[in-house]
Amino acid sequence: MENSKQSPHSIPFYRDERIINIFTQVVSSLLVIGLVIWLAINFKEAADARGLALSYDFLSNPAGFPISDPAIEYSPDMSFTRAFTVGLLNTLRVAGIGIVTATILGTLVALARLSSNWLLSRLALVYIEFHRNIPLLVLLFLWYFAIFQKLPVVGEAIRLPGPVFLTRRGIYMAWPRLTESGGIFRILFLVGLVLAVFAFYFLRRRRELTGKSTYYFLVSILVFVAFTAAGWFLSGGRPFVLDVPELSGFNFQGGKRLTPEFAGLFIGLSMYTAGFIAEVVRAGIQAVDRGQIEAARAVGLSQFQVLTLVVMPQALRIIVPPMISQYLNLTKNSSLALAIGYQDLFSVGKIAINQAGRAVPVFFLVMVVYLTLSLLTSFILNFYNNRIQFKAR
Amino acid sequence: METKLDSQSTVLLPPDPPGPMKWIRDNLFGSVSNTILTIISLTLFYFMITSAASWVLFSADWRPVTESPLLYAIGQYPRDQMWRVGLALSLAVLMFGVSWGKWNGMLRSISIGLMVVFGAAALLPVSHPQFDLSMRLYLGGNVLIVFAGFFIGRIKGLKTLVITMAWLMVPILAVILFSGFEGLDWLERVATTSWGGLMVTFLLAVGGILLSFPLGVLLALGRRSKLPVVKGFSVIWIETIRGVPLITILFMFSIILALFLPQESRLDRLLRALMAVVVFSSAYTAENVRGGLQSVPEGQIEAAKALGMNSFRTMGLIVLPQAIRAVIPAIVGQFISLFKDTTLVVIIGINDFLGIGKSIINSQPAFVQLQTEVYIFIAAVYWIFSYLMSIASRRVEETLGVGDR
Repeated sequence: MENSKQSPHSIPFYRDERIINIFTQVVSSLLVIGLVIWLAINFKEAADARGLALSYDFLSNPAGFPISDPAIEYSPDMSFTRAFTVGLLNTLRVAGIGIVTATILGTLVALARLSSNWLLSRLALVYIEFHRNIPLLVLLFLWYFAIFQKLPVVGEAIRLPGPVFLTRRGIYMAWPRLTESGGIFRILFLVGLVLAVFAFYFLRRRRELTGKSTYYFLVSILVFVAFTAAGWFLSGGRPFVLDVPELSGFNFQGGKRLTPEFAGLFIGLSMYTAGFIAEVVRAGIQAVDRGQIEAARAVGLSQFQVLTLVVMPQALRIIVPPMISQYLNLTKNSSLALAIGYQDLFSVGKIAINQAGRAVPVFFLVMVVYLTLSLLTSFILNFYNNRIQFKAR
Repeated sequence: METKLDSQSTVLLPPDPPGPMKWIRDNLFGSVSNTILTIISLTLFYFMITSAASWVLFSADWRPVTESPLLYAIGQYPRDQMWRVGLALSLAVLMFGVSWGKWNGMLRSISIGLMVVFGAAALLPVSHPQFDLSMRLYLGGNVLIVFAGFFIGRIKGLKTLVITMAWLMVPILAVILFSGFEGLDWLERVATTSWGGLMVTFLLAVGGILLSFPLGVLLALGRRSKLPVVKGFSVIWIETIRGVPLITILFMFSIILALFLPQESRLDRLLRALMAVVVFSSAYTAENVRGGLQSVPEGQIEAAKALGMNSFRTMGLIVLPQAIRAVIPAIVGQFISLFKDTTLVVIIGINDFLGIGKSIINSQPAFVQLQTEVYIFIAAVYWIFSYLMSIASRRVEETLGVGDR
């Protein structure tokens, strides 16, 4: 690869690496550009013959198709832009909740796998091996067609504590709903949360810098509790009511409804990814040197402190990079929504392709959104990853 | 399992005599919390196993699975042309036998496993119209084919290169056998629309990994290249494909591609799906191979230069052979996930193994109620294949000793 520096005039030009390099670049550029031009010419012909367009003017036209379970308000007479936004938000919704659930579930399974209890460890192994070795699409079909579609009709709903009602129409569950005076509670709750996080990091940093006790954990909890309590009293002690679904006529009223499509996709996706995350977490924890744990115990740290101060910080460095790719996988895999009828970005795009007949611009848009999503996620998480890695090597 | 976080007793006592009771005490009832966990796990296991067993044996109705096993295997492939699929399968079986004779090791377990499976299938004590005498003879014959392969493999002087080439010929021959030729009487053309089942699943996965390999190696070399244009194209290709879901690539090839090709050209539907799988897989192969290239020590390249080798020879004779050897386990892993990912072709309407299941469900109104059985069967088959393959890949990793580096 490196240019040879000796005897510049004795080698013929076809063996001079500088010339070969330039030649390779020119040829490969010509090949790629030629291919692109060839495709473009073909497209031009097809477009002229079938009356296709490459413009994005249609985005402001009414979409004309319904979207079930939209994340924000939507009706068919709204624009294509709105329809794509709804699709994107539906993707983000299932991916976001899925990532949180998969991380928690995966970590629990990993801890169970590492447990010294043989039976629990086997149980976790069964979970992991089951989910890692079947295709996600088959798992989604199992959840959606074999479980959620087999639930009883609304009249004979399965009642779980909560109350949560499982029916073929979806999952209905009790959900807190803000009362009229609840606005102030919500604001103070959020402010308290932000301040608590801020106080936690600020005071911990001061402790690290000065060595004085700042009681960062206690203070941040107190800040949060104080603000929440203030909000509670300011809203007259009734900031929200629990909205319990009730059967009226042929359907449930009130509460929160998860459509079977969303529930199937969300549960299938989270459980599938949790199987992979469990292996990532297990590998990370096992990679921490046993001597570290023994040393931590020798200096008198408690079991909990060993885990949080010694094992986890070191394991995280190993866990984060593969975890990032699992999160990206989950986000990309959420496009399988199409197969079970949840309307995410990709299925909205697919309807738009058929409806508007503008296959290429719509398709390009969908690809670009997914690509942006992937690059953005990996950028943010890589930034975090760089922060927690060992410094000054 | 080495690292366990809970504390062990530090009191120095003579160790208990080993035995099952000690094992149970240590691993299940070591402490109060341990005992509670054991009881919870036991109940969970008990409910899982009893409910699964009673469902599988008593309440499940396996008609949609047992009615036509051949559909799951080969789809709508003409039944009078079945010998072609059988021949292709037997060729692969023969090659496993040959490799067993040549290399032993893990291939011995695979071959013996194949013999057991074929033998058991031939003697399966059921009466089924699709399980007639000729089918049983064929299945039993495969046991003998493994043996025949074994003795061929034992021939002295049989080169590794010959066996590798023969292996590569198997998928090519299989495709030729499956599709046949226009106007050839004894090997008439069979349209890909009637291909289906496991045959298509394996075709897509094997074809995808094999065809994506050269492309992936080129892309990996391009990404490591110092030439900005070559590097730029490779990076854009790899990152774009890794950044979008497989399903978008499948749609691109099944719907969008036609608009960018000359109007008169019509690519076969299955071929377009295969192209999508290859393109998708190439980006991941490239990243795996790049990892392998990075694992080759710089000194190797310097030594090759010192011997007067040019860039091409250094790459082809020194770097790539070591890099590819290092990435074999990763490629096997990629094959397993590709094998599972090929299920997505269902969404563009190709009857792979999962697609056949779906069409069987929709073929009879009575079967719509039996979806659970079909999907459980399909999940079980995928599970068995990928679980066995993942065990094999772990063995490959051990044999190649990549883990110890």
